[in-house]
Amino acid sequence: MTPPNLSAHFWQNHSGEFIALWTSGELAYALFDTGLITTSLEDGTYPALSPKHPGAAWFEKLGQDLNGHKASGVTHANTAIEHFLSPNGTAPWPEFRPAPGDGVHQMAVGPIHAGIIEPGHFRFSIIGEKVLKLEARLGYTHKGTLALMRGKSPRNAARFAARISGDATVAHSLAFAHATEAALGLTPPPRAVHLRAVMAELERMANHTSDIGAIAGDAGFAFLDARFAWHRESLCAAASAAFGHRLMMDMVIPGGIAGDIKTGGADAIRRTLDALETELPGLTRVFEDYASLQDRLVGTGHIGTHLAARYAAGGVTGRASGRQTDARINPGYAPYELMELSVPVETEGDVAARVKIRLAELAESYRMIRTLLNHLPDGQIALAPPATSGMGLGVAESFRGPVWHWLNIDTGLITDIFLADASTLHWPLVEHAACTSIIADFPLINKSVNASYSGVDL
Amino acid sequence: MVWSTLAQHLLTKPRAPREAGHSTAAALAERLQNLSNEKLGRSLAIRHVDAGSCNGCELELRAIQNMVYDLTQYGLSFTPSPRHADVLLITGVAARNMAEALRQTRAAMPDPVFTIAVGDCAVDGGVFKGSPAITGGADSILTVDLMISGCPPTPGQIIDGLLSLIEAHTGGK
Repeated sequence: MTPPNLSAHFWQNHSGEFIALWTSGELAYALFDTGLITTSLEDGTYPALSPKHPGAAWFEKLGQDLNGHKASGVTHANTAIEHFLSPNGTAPWPEFRPAPGDGVHQMAVGPIHAGIIEPGHFRFSIIGEKVLKLEARLGYTHKGTLALMRGKSPRNAARFAARISGDATVAHSLAFAHATEAALGLTPPPRAVHLRAVMAELERMANHTSDIGAIAGDAGFAFLDARFAWHRESLCAAASAAFGHRLMMDMVIPGGIAGDIKTGGADAIRRTLDALETELPGLTRVFEDYASLQDRLVGTGHIGTHLAARYAAGGVTGRASGRQTDARINPGYAPYELMELSVPVETEGDVAARVKIRLAELAESYRMIRTLLNHLPDGQIALAPPATSGMGLGVAESFRGPVWHWLNIDTGLITDIFLADASTLHWPLVEHAACTSIIADFPLINKSVNASYSGVDL
Repeated sequence: MVWSTLAQHLLTKPRAPREAGHSTAAALAERLQNLSNEKLGRSLAIRHVDAGSCNGCELELRAIQNMVYDLTQYGLSFTPSPRHADVLLITGVAARNMAEALRQTRAAMPDPVFTIAVGDCAVDGGVFKGSPAITGGADSILTVDLMISGCPPTPGQIIDGLLSLIEAHTGGK
């Protein structure tokens, strides 16, 4: 695979939905839904894409912070992960410009939050309770993951791919495996492909159940939180019984999977799905019946269809804002072409819509897991990746949206890699959505999008 | 009417099986009952700080609060304020960008403070060991009293570790 090298003019005017941008060696790469393109770096700079595609801004900052490559013609100032630490470990605050107006004040939250979540700083401009502006400062969990993956074989680097974002460990491992397999021309055995899908759907269900519960819990419905947390726990226990790890970390590897499903594992999964299916209609009814819950969720954290399209939002966030998009279908990967997957879409774009999408996806996931378990092909579970060379691009639909991995392999070792979690395009949408509601609704909005911090800090 | 409603309820709402990790939770509860808690009075407030994790450990920290593991039955609970906390629980690598925030959290806590590193990353940097963006595990920033390894440790392992801390400080059996 050799992507086309475009002149600055054609690079900037390439049409399509923007997905990701990165630099490597002497080239800048941009991934659109229409394909991968490159342009040559001149003195370490390339023409910015953010004036036309606002989602590119974070990637441009990241390219500068990681590789020192500048985008020319940018309008954004702050950095992505660079905090300019002084030798004693302290860092200056970047300039946060408050929204204009009388009586507007700033509210600083984080990097450490009240709950058990990842670190990130939020700077709100508020007047009374109304949020006028939100800026997120991330980069706190930067671990240098991409640099650690370079120079390693795909099998060794898979351990890092599994730890990009722990809640989407299967999806990231899968996207990494897809990229490696594309680069090396490897086709994993059918049994591995089926079991990968079982794991990916289990992961989706575990995250959706806990997200739905957490949103309801934030709106004061502790009962729903408790019940959904119980189902999440059952799903993790079933994953452990079937694959030996509660989050199924390190199970998906380039060439296949690391271990076969255990004896009794399929039944443990089926029992869990049955219990959820039995209780789900009752729990869904609580969402529909209680005015006080509806009052908190409907109209809150609105992301319009136009805004979602401008950022090419994927996953739950995109589908709740009218975008019929799912990486399992488009571009698609095995075995979903056999699954007759139906993709739920809502147009309201609020927290309630994102809950509805999650509820609908739960039903779709347990249907597919049952089908997959009933028709597991026999045979091997993994092939060894050959020590050859190539460039590969891989995608997997995580519970929050598509994750893309790109890599270059030279005689069996990774020379360069980049990856984009769906959260990178979702964080700007969180910033926009916060401004449609009052400050007290921000936890609901943040949870309803559930963007990863680790997944963008890398 | 009453009887038909009652019958309907009995028929349509079977009690969900509590099989998830139940035996581990039961064993842990038994251990606590055998414990003398003179010094801590069965109450310990935990302030959690993610110093650079992949969020896997956070998922399991949330899981120890669900109704299967039910952390509060052991007198343990999470608190948002470091001022109210007895335990500083750290997950993730010691990311350079989080070092200052972590030190400030420790400084805001009243002594004595028990510091616990949860997960392989907090223990020694885990798979990220040697990265220039991190300084290693939690003990590269603060003195750590207890380490709970695992990637991520299971809820049972985390509660087991927390109870060990109580045992150690009560001269427990």
